[in-house]
Amino acid sequence: MPTDARRRPRLAVWKFASCDGCQLTLLDCEDELLALADHLDIAHFLEASSATAPGPYDLSLVEGSVTTAQDVERIHHIRAVSRRLVTIGACATAGGVQALRNYADVAEYQAVVYARPDYVATLATSTPISTHVPVDFELRGCPIDRRQLLEVITAHLAGRTPNVPAHSVCFECKQRGTVCVTVAHGTPCLGPVTHAGCGAVCPTYGRGCYGCFGPSDSTNLPALVPLLHRDGMDTLDVVRVLRTFNAAAPEFDAAARKELER
Amino acid sequence: MTDDEVATAVLDKDGLDALIAVLVARGRTVVGPTVRDGAIVLAELSDGADLPYGWGVELEAGLYRLRAREDGAAFAHSAGPQSWKTFLHPPRVRQWTALRGADGALVMTADASVPPSYAFLGVRPCDLRAIAIQDRVLTGGMYSDPAYVGRRERAFLVAVECTEPGATCFCVSMGSGPAAGPGYDLALTEVVDGDGHRFLVRAGSAEGESVLAELPARVADAATRTAARDRVAEAADRMGRSMPLVDLQVLMRETLTAERWDDVAARCLTCGNCTMACPTCFCTSVEDVTDLTGDHAERWRHWESCFDRDFSHLPTGPVRDSSHSRYRQWATHKLGTWHDQFGSSGCVGCGRCIVWCPVGIDITEEAHALNREWESGAAEGTR
Repeated sequence: MPTDARRRPRLAVWKFASCDGCQLTLLDCEDELLALADHLDIAHFLEASSATAPGPYDLSLVEGSVTTAQDVERIHHIRAVSRRLVTIGACATAGGVQALRNYADVAEYQAVVYARPDYVATLATSTPISTHVPVDFELRGCPIDRRQLLEVITAHLAGRTPNVPAHSVCFECKQRGTVCVTVAHGTPCLGPVTHAGCGAVCPTYGRGCYGCFGPSDSTNLPALVPLLHRDGMDTLDVVRVLRTFNAAAPEFDAAARKELER
Repeated sequence: MTDDEVATAVLDKDGLDALIAVLVARGRTVVGPTVRDGAIVLAELSDGADLPYGWGVELEAGLYRLRAREDGAAFAHSAGPQSWKTFLHPPRVRQWTALRGADGALVMTADASVPPSYAFLGVRPCDLRAIAIQDRVLTGGMYSDPAYVGRRERAFLVAVECTEPGATCFCVSMGSGPAAGPGYDLALTEVVDGDGHRFLVRAGSAEGESVLAELPARVADAATRTAARDRVAEAADRMGRSMPLVDLQVLMRETLTAERWDDVAARCLTCGNCTMACPTCFCTSVEDVTDLTGDHAERWRHWESCFDRDFSHLPTGPVRDSSHSRYRQWATHKLGTWHDQFGSSGCVGCGRCIVWCPVGIDITEEAHALNREWESGAAEGTR
């Protein structure tokens, strides 16, 4: 659509508890950055510029999970000033690595790690954005995939649904001709229960998927976990792989709890 | 047709190298089996040295391992992770491109890329049947798929009869092997014995005869013909799997409410591997992509699977939401309703769905279990 025919949509990028890797994926769109800036008014993106413009915003990309009381207030404000809110990455979508605190005593950690734990004001849990406000779309990955991010933005500009399939990573392996690492090598792999989108990077390089895109839309972990054991993972390994990037994803959480009851 | 009724010849290993060279010289991209990443995959061959001489496979449900062979055979392995549909019915195909001109009008252009001219070396009899089944599906009805037709019409098929079935093979049950049926340009049978390593070859088309005429072949001797025939006959007796001896179309129709579907649903990962590995599964979906300017759009067609929850998505949600309904859809279509739709079974007995299912779900075992349940009268079908 010609950019002069209407006002450029206003983009905002927000950070919560996160490593900034997903925001960096936007800056990593080097070949497309100029076109992006042509078609979007980048109104708020602190990772790229300290110049910010107030809302409302047409599209808000939210990175990170909610871990403080201020986060809770801030995400409600962002929702209120955003027409469309898209979470980017495992933290915003499933709590991230920091959701490991959900299984631990945060006060105890603070006492061990910080000289003055009383300076730290934090919640006992790390929760996905969708726990607090309605989310229009969740983009998976740790970090997100550059092509998928462009697809989400492009689809928003064109007013269409993004082409982001929710099926397993196995679809991507088979479509690109990657030999199954579980069947042919006996390598433990979370691919059959993991959301596609990475292009099957790990299996293509001969290692098992470790689930950084979180659960697919149709998982059967009780059927997969025995294979992980057969291929050499013990209980701790299984719990670790399920509780790394997407610990708060309900399917992975339930399977990890069941594994601990074994 | 027996070997005695058609012109047969014998090639040695140099003759096989010459076959690849002749096909390349004719402008073809030669695709065949080669070892990569711990498996025998299908890929472009530059010469005979790329073939998996001395490699066999150990197969079981959910398990595939390369095994060295002492006889040095090139084709003593059964179906690998891919099938020929990867080349004839590729995972992704661009169908059209649209550009917005300076005047704002859209100009749409159908994809007109010239299809590759393939020669497939090492098409097993089960896969020869699978290609015939996809021919029926993709070209035999009211609508013909131009992307498939373009690739298929140009393809030269070198079948290699099966002398070493795997533990997951059941082509005898499906009537598709281990001897090559019709449809090949050339058919080879590999023989390795005290008289040497050689290939009995026969032509199945005019182009096959013309290629054969360029090869350093000798007239087939009786000993090689007999050895080849015996190897294939022995292979028929060494199938690792078999289907129940009932009409599978009827079995599928009569067991729609069987409890076995719950049992398999508990094991199924709905990961889609079986459909992607299957040489006849043909389902696709389309996606429209645009660029940031909005002035350029493309439609791409890609493989889809009935195990994808979104595959049956309608405005109220997926029609087949459960793994129960998705596995049953796949199996009953493959073995049953395929007959109603296309006049044959959709299964050729290659065993890929058994091997490449991570949890080792075995369609023959499921069919036997359904048959037992049906025979015991526990299942009442819905008509």
